[in-house]
Amino acid sequence: MTGQQSALDAPWVTVVWNDPVNLMNYVTYVFQRVFGYPKVKAEKLMLDVHHKGKAVVSSGTREAMERDAETLHGYGLWATVSHDS
Amino acid sequence: MTWDPLPGDDRGRDEGAEQGLAASFKAVPGGAAAFFEQPQAGVIRSLVSQVAELVSADAEAGGEAGNLEAELGLSSHEQAPDDPVLARLLPDAYSDDAGAAAEFRRYTEETLRSGKVASAQTVLASLPPGGGEVRLSEPECQQWLRALNDVRLALSVRLGITDENDDLTEHFQVDDPRSAYVWVYQWLAYLQDSLLDALT
Repeated sequence: MTGQQSALDAPWVTVVWNDPVNLMNYVTYVFQRVFGYPKVKAEKLMLDVHHKGKAVVSSGTREAMERDAETLHGYGLWATVSHDS
Repeated sequence: MTWDPLPGDDRGRDEGAEQGLAASFKAVPGGAAAFFEQPQAGVIRSLVSQVAELVSADAEAGGEAGNLEAELGLSSHEQAPDDPVLARLLPDAYSDDAGAAAEFRRYTEETLRSGKVASAQTVLASLPPGGGEVRLSEPECQQWLRALNDVRLALSVRLGITDENDDLTEHFQVDDPRSAYVWVYQWLAYLQDSLLDALT
């Protein structure tokens, strides 16, 4: 795969950012419920958000990532969409 | 958000907890249940109503063009709200692309706002103003989780909470009406946590 191709194929991602309000178990619960992730994976993502300040929680088409961000905003999580690079 | 004096606010914070005022949810078949005293129900209803009013009042302020767009399910807003509480409840979905953020907001903000109002309405419909036992179905639990979270987000902005490790009780003088809401903020976290426990 050339660099050009990978740039074209690079997926979009949904990023969740840390905040001082959302409970850790709430964030885990939302990841399980929204993405169907097993609890272990949801907890790992939650801890990444907590310790690293943010985590990529899903990847795919731009449209799908916007749907994910919209859903997460409904739960009060701070989510953004960006192009993976 | 108004800082109405809390009922029985002359008691100490910890004393309130010792008196069993910290209502919490328990799992019951098909959902969760909790018992709320009248003051607790009043506080939750007041805060939930305020968030719902904030989220819906601003949406109606778009004028005629806003109404037409609202009929089409579009938002007339393209920028994050000026009110920091609204900006937190309705955040930008693109942090480094204002055009994309505006486009996203145009197509999603109305749905997001109406979802938050619906969650608030579920709480108001299931929590009697005079308190009492509240039994929630699983879908109602989901709405309560979101509504409690929205209230906590709103309170955190108004109370200036920026660090989860802060000793919040040191933020305000005892005679500052906001100091009582630090206790409310913490109790709502406890309540939300108990609801999560009941669901999992």
